[in-house]
Amino acid sequence: MFNKFFLFTALLGLIVLATACASPTTAPSSAQPTAAPKAGAVTINGAGATFPFPLYSRWFYDYAFVDTSAKFNYQSIGSGGGIAQITAKTVDFGASDAILTDAQYTAAKNIQMIPTVAGAIVPVYNIKDTDGKVIITTLQFPYTSLADIYLGKIKKWDDPVLKNANPNIKLPSKDIAVVRRSDGSGTTFAYTDYLAQVSAEWKEKAGSASSVKWPVEGIGGKGNEGVAAMVGLNDGAIGYVEFAYAKQNNLVFGAVQNKAGEFVKPSIEAVQAAMAEYGTNMGDKLALSIANAPGKTSWPIATYTYLLVYMDQTDCVKGKKVVDFIKWVLSDANAEASAKSLDYIPLPDSVKKQVLDKVSKVTCQGKAF
Amino acid sequence: MSVVSAAKKRSAVSRFNALIRRTGHGDVIFRALTILAGIAVLGTVLATGYSLWDTTPLPREKFGLGFLWSNDWDPVREEFGALPFIYGTLLTSVLALLMAVPVGVGIAIFLAELAPDWVRQPVGYLIELLAAVPSVIFGLWALYVLIPVLVKPTSEFLNTNLGFLPIFAGPIFGPSRLAASVVLSVMILPTISALCRDVFLAIPNAQREAALALGATKWEMISQVLVPYGMSGILGAIILGLGRALGETVAVTMVIGNNRDLTSSILHPGYTMASIIANEFAEATYELYVQSLVEIGLILFVITLILNSIARLLVWQVARRAPTEARA
Repeated sequence: MFNKFFLFTALLGLIVLATACASPTTAPSSAQPTAAPKAGAVTINGAGATFPFPLYSRWFYDYAFVDTSAKFNYQSIGSGGGIAQITAKTVDFGASDAILTDAQYTAAKNIQMIPTVAGAIVPVYNIKDTDGKVIITTLQFPYTSLADIYLGKIKKWDDPVLKNANPNIKLPSKDIAVVRRSDGSGTTFAYTDYLAQVSAEWKEKAGSASSVKWPVEGIGGKGNEGVAAMVGLNDGAIGYVEFAYAKQNNLVFGAVQNKAGEFVKPSIEAVQAAMAEYGTNMGDKLALSIANAPGKTSWPIATYTYLLVYMDQTDCVKGKKVVDFIKWVLSDANAEASAKSLDYIPLPDSVKKQVLDKVSKVTCQGKAF
Repeated sequence: MSVVSAAKKRSAVSRFNALIRRTGHGDVIFRALTILAGIAVLGTVLATGYSLWDTTPLPREKFGLGFLWSNDWDPVREEFGALPFIYGTLLTSVLALLMAVPVGVGIAIFLAELAPDWVRQPVGYLIELLAAVPSVIFGLWALYVLIPVLVKPTSEFLNTNLGFLPIFAGPIFGPSRLAASVVLSVMILPTISALCRDVFLAIPNAQREAALALGATKWEMISQVLVPYGMSGILGAIILGLGRALGETVAVTMVIGNNRDLTSSILHPGYTMASIIANEFAEATYELYVQSLVEIGLILFVITLILNSIARLLVWQVARRAPTEARA
């Protein structure tokens, strides 16, 4: 991990150097365009996952009105980078979509995963029916059908499995073009986690990670926008994107049959139902997969995203600010409203309670705050 | 400026001049500076190579040279191999050169030899402007315009009529090695044409006059005198174009389809070395994974060095031969 951190720092150094050179000599470079932070303001640095970045930026903006002396600075460099940086203690908190491995827990002693919100992943598609009209109704995907499509076992749109589940839609006899993320991402982690839960064959052949070896390589698009573009380009394409992205861009997405056998459309309530099914006992790590959750109303393809903090902080001032921020995130109505407005899914109360319990046990140099 | 400070400045200047004179009119300083600059370049290349080598002990130990021809890239099972990416990089770069060189040299000849003055200036300026367009813009343009409007119909045409050839085999998605090559060719076109134009403009007029005096047509003058005369420069321009094509990342990642299958079809999605690094570096969560990506960078670095050396040898060969041929 050290090397990656080193490369990153070198890059950061270059950027700083470049901006320093580019800044005009007339004004002192310390001048901030926004309202100047109060004297004695503390800058808290974080780095990690890109998936919650829009929400975190919003939260830091909101929180600046709550605590004017805290200035949060977050670099969305990816979950891998976030884990590396918090392990090396170069940042005050990390962020990750993926659950830490045992080796990563060992490397970063006493680290705690703090779930902040959940995100849902939805299947999006672009197909014309047998009349040549683009299908804009919600397709129903039976229990293992997404796994079978991505395994290459369901090859055509008029496969009996899909046809039987969608009797009112004239599915064409067209090859399915499989689209997936090309960049390593929490979205892929959540999606492959779901596929591995519903299909033993998927688990064995591909597994789940932020980047996997795809049984059907298909087309890789960079980012949600890349996947959406590739799906849009190809008649007969299927892909997966974040719920928020699909909703904000008016993409057509499908309903998926969950573990209880019900076809569910993605919604904030459906994902909260999934969290609540698992949420009564999160365990000490507070980290678990909510993919393929039981319960009739649960949306099956979803994941928590986490902040990474040490249970024993070394810098008491910054540590206190981080803890206060997390408490605000989990208990303030404005924080929840911000999350909902960006189509992220706030934790249900049962989960919030356990996380707040854990956060209240964070210490600084062995002493309580 | 006040009189006093002007006087001060004068004395400073005269002292500096005295120093210059003492050091042999600045020759010593000048030589030292240029040697330093030369060493800096050499040092940068060596340091880059060394640090890439030094950062990749894990995959070199685990996979050895097999890394080069394994096509297994599986982050979940910790298996890594570079073949699909090496293949994709070389294929798209060569295809891009095949498309860009004739057009680029053609533009250069037109601008340098045939175009009237009022065309030469604005067109030359536009070509240089094309070189300044950021690659992400090219990527977006290719994704939303070039692929649906040009590449996909062309691919379908090639596939229906020549689909029996493995290089034109289906299925067609849109994003493909061909799409990446077309974008690359557009991106390296300005480099090649601008440099070649300068090469042609630098050829002494005596060469043209001699050819015309011997009764050569304009075509004969260009193809038999000017092109051989400027060959080393043209090759140099092609090398620079190739260098850009090998390393181009963003635009290629957006249009190539990022598919690790090793198929021969140019209409199929593919992958390049630069793309895999750009795609997976941020979320590479364990050391072997990160180092394998860096090793891809090392391979790209070595391939670029080798191709440049070969091209450099070629230039020397041509440069030695050129004057005699031009005279003959």
